[in-house]
Amino acid sequence: MKFEVEYNTIENVAGPLVVVGKIGNAKYNEIVKIKLRSGEERLGQVLDTSDTNAVVQVFGPTDGINIGDTSVSFLGETFMIGVSEDMLGRVFDGQGRPRDGGAAIAYEQRKDINGEPMNPASRSYPSDFIETGVSSIDGLDTLVRGQKLPIFSASGLPHNQLVAQITRQANVKNSSESFAVIFAGIGITYDDYSYFETEFRKTGALKRAVAFINLADDPSIERIITPRLALTTAEFLAYEKGMHVLVILDDMTNYAEALRELSSAREEVPGRRGYPGYMYTDLASIYERAGIIKGKKGSITQLNIVTMPSDDVTHPIPDLTGYITEGQIFLSRELVNKGIYPPVQPIGSLSRLMGGGIGAGKTREDHRGVADQLYGSYAKAQDAKNLSAIVGVEALSDTDKQYLRFGEEFENKFLKQGFYERRTIEETLDLGWTLLSALPKADLTRIKKEFVDKYYKGK
Amino acid sequence: MGKIERISGPLVVANGMLGAKMYDVVKVGDKGLVGEIIQLRKEKAVIQVYEDTTGLRPGEQVVSTDAPLSVELGPGILGNIYDGIQRPLEVLKAKSGSFIARGITADAIDRGKKWKFNAEPKIKNGATVGQGEIIGYVQETEFIKHYIMVPAGVEGKITGLKSGTFRLDDIIAKVDKAGKTHELTLSQRRSVRRANPYKRKFRAEEPLITGQRIIDMLFPVAKGGTAAAPGPFGSGKTVIQHQLAKWSDADIIVYVGCGERGNEMTEVLTEFPELKDPKTNRPLIERTILIANTSNMPVAAREASVYTGITIAEYFRDMGYSVAILADSTSRWAEAMREISARLEEMPGEEGYPAYLPKRLAEYYERSGKVEALSEKIGSVTIVGAVSPPGGDLSEPVSQGTLRVVKTFWALDFNLASSRHFPSINWLTSYSLYLDDLEPWYLQNYGEEFVANRREAMKILQKEAELKDIVQLVGAEALPDEERLVLEIGRMIREDFLRQSAYDELDAYTSLKKQAFMIAIMLYFRKRAHDAVVGGVGADRISKLKVREQISRMKEIKEGEIEQAQKRIKSEIDSEFDSLIDEYKEAVDKEKVVA
Repeated sequence: MKFEVEYNTIENVAGPLVVVGKIGNAKYNEIVKIKLRSGEERLGQVLDTSDTNAVVQVFGPTDGINIGDTSVSFLGETFMIGVSEDMLGRVFDGQGRPRDGGAAIAYEQRKDINGEPMNPASRSYPSDFIETGVSSIDGLDTLVRGQKLPIFSASGLPHNQLVAQITRQANVKNSSESFAVIFAGIGITYDDYSYFETEFRKTGALKRAVAFINLADDPSIERIITPRLALTTAEFLAYEKGMHVLVILDDMTNYAEALRELSSAREEVPGRRGYPGYMYTDLASIYERAGIIKGKKGSITQLNIVTMPSDDVTHPIPDLTGYITEGQIFLSRELVNKGIYPPVQPIGSLSRLMGGGIGAGKTREDHRGVADQLYGSYAKAQDAKNLSAIVGVEALSDTDKQYLRFGEEFENKFLKQGFYERRTIEETLDLGWTLLSALPKADLTRIKKEFVDKYYKGK
Repeated sequence: MGKIERISGPLVVANGMLGAKMYDVVKVGDKGLVGEIIQLRKEKAVIQVYEDTTGLRPGEQVVSTDAPLSVELGPGILGNIYDGIQRPLEVLKAKSGSFIARGITADAIDRGKKWKFNAEPKIKNGATVGQGEIIGYVQETEFIKHYIMVPAGVEGKITGLKSGTFRLDDIIAKVDKAGKTHELTLSQRRSVRRANPYKRKFRAEEPLITGQRIIDMLFPVAKGGTAAAPGPFGSGKTVIQHQLAKWSDADIIVYVGCGERGNEMTEVLTEFPELKDPKTNRPLIERTILIANTSNMPVAAREASVYTGITIAEYFRDMGYSVAILADSTSRWAEAMREISARLEEMPGEEGYPAYLPKRLAEYYERSGKVEALSEKIGSVTIVGAVSPPGGDLSEPVSQGTLRVVKTFWALDFNLASSRHFPSINWLTSYSLYLDDLEPWYLQNYGEEFVANRREAMKILQKEAELKDIVQLVGAEALPDEERLVLEIGRMIREDFLRQSAYDELDAYTSLKKQAFMIAIMLYFRKRAHDAVVGGVGADRISKLKVREQISRMKEIKEGEIEQAQKRIKSEIDSEFDSLIDEYKEAVDKEKVVA
């Protein structure tokens, strides 16, 4: 039988924080249960503890908490979630309670949602190519299993569609292993949530999906735990059940804002734009939970959505994210305005783990060269475009005109693709060669000579 | 022994700590988490804890070890991967599985392994030895003699010194002074926060050859020098650090992954045992020590990781080796300082960083240098630090504090990176202040042409940049032929020389000899082209010459085939230009006839 002491010694309530007095031995980070006069219960977590009091952050609103007869009991453990394979196909709220009307989960294991840092010596280097069927990603910024790759988007851009398309189409070549999708909605609107639900239902992914949903009007402090619930579940499915798990965290900007809210409630010294100085470390404790462990079958791949406030990539949220994640996919408003879907802007996009996942035996021998050459030639096309804006197309040299045409073709044929169009990696690379073949052969110096000789289709 | 009074993140306040010293290491709580005292307030001590403090509660005990944070040094250290406080990650893996549990301790170096120790024959028992003196060595790898030195602060009459097979803790000799006996073993401990003493420092005179063309040719760093590579994310900081770790001609590499990605450390761990050191043809891992405190590992240990690394580097320097320490990224180290400082409620300086940030940065970089060690051997520590400025803006405190002390600056450029021009070191804004100091070395080893070619190449690149501004306004067609030629050669140097792929087996490393050849060919092409243009041949004809493709594919030439290739390409340049000029002359003659 568990013995819980209840304290009625709340001294202060401010924002999401409650100070509990006359308690001398609360554990750092332990979970507390707060019982209101009405009988309603809420959870909280110890953020600071001393021999006189404990500062508790409440997961949820603080309305109804009073000084006097609200009681607090200390549960002696950190935030735990019961996990099981039965969670597949279910929807939970931001604190891990069923929100689909279904029964509570009979769990196999209870796990600390904060996890533990993975030993770098235990990691296995990600090198399995994931074919998303999207040319701009597969061809230029290849995603591999165990990678964390955010989508740098902005308000009004179709990041949801792109994520839905990737989720529907993604597969690993020559693989029939079991997979799961974990979706964490962090402060998203009901519309966004129902979009994903409908998409997943249509494609049958719902049966293999677990969703944790904190909606825009749910308590913001809950957003601190929502992604951690998702990742703890993912770790269980990946490392205990051998599944390849794709985790979608949508939207990390809302998460970071919740972190700032909490930090300001704690009256901490703010860092850039009011975000706490430890935001890098905190974001890392989420992103670094992607990966593969040596000797275990499963993997965790993260696709995180980051909406850049006012399209600004130097804003602390995308900036710190980019420093932690293994690349980024940039969405461009300019491409959207040109009617190009998916509007992935190659310039600025990057996949750091691409090298390990491509090449002979994985995708194709010419992949690296084609990608580098498409990048280089597209950058040159952009220069030509900028020049033509000043001097006019007529004044361009023949070569510049050639590149100008290449740039347009590249955007309209390579980048642009249908929402239901799935291109294999061979199709993507062949398409690349078709475009490159309109350029002089001698210009393709980023590709090895033997591959140019083999694949070049022009004169 | 004291008791915990308060816990807030990685910071713990303990009461009853009277007598404990600043920077002593303490064991915190029932689990014995490792921490370090960073403030004393009467009987209270403020402790930064190197592990996650979750679950600690007020009232638990705190025990001081009465010693500062230190690392263990001795044979068996090479090839290891450690966390920020020198816990061996492979051993932790065996002990606690794939995730790092808290409160586990492990010996930094294998204590069971036996080493053959060769005593220094010149030292006779009964002689007087001084601190830092070499008393023998262990052949740790095929190429590294691990010298055993008398620890700093120890001196006196030596007895019992003999060759033999020893474990790490076995006594190999005793040193007496004034009745006090000090037992020497194969290992020693050094405090990490203070530089180890040496006899004297020298000026730089030899470059660290990295096999990276833009670095070796335009912006070299000296052995014993300092360099910084600041850049926004995605600009290739880590790839450059990896390249230097793989290919630089240092004897020992210390790689500190400070608050960075786990997978990057895994990459090093997977690749280095496979890759061969171009100098010795042995697996790279045999000359490497890795310190990995990734971004999700405890923040206080991240702060310590840089010091752990530099202390190990100094140790090998004292044996007479050239050591390069690569820290990726020093910004994470500075941020760890900021985080701790904020929790101490210190008055913040710029952007929340503590006011002592610039001093700490300078202290760190000052531990570089080519020195005569106490052992009388001459060794060097080269420090290369990556810097991750928020938003890529170099006006922030970490970049500024670093640039004030380092002498080589590799400016990583977002625009170059996004058009996949790697390494994305900007050739216009980067600099190396070692060029003058190193010039005698280049002259002696590669001759005057090399030095002249470097200047020439740099001049072309600068001229090209000026011209490109004009081209942006009026188009290239409007330029005179001679200037269009500069654009052409500038592009050639950028694309075909400076751009270098880290992922291509052949291109990843270029010897200085091949670099010299490549640049010489390009400048020879320029000379012939210049003469042709002066003689009246149009620049557009030159840009269509077939030999250009050969020049752009010089990267693909194997190191062993340089001489042949040089002859071949040079004669091809000659023949194409000769026929171009002949054609031109013919055309001119025809016109004359027609006229």
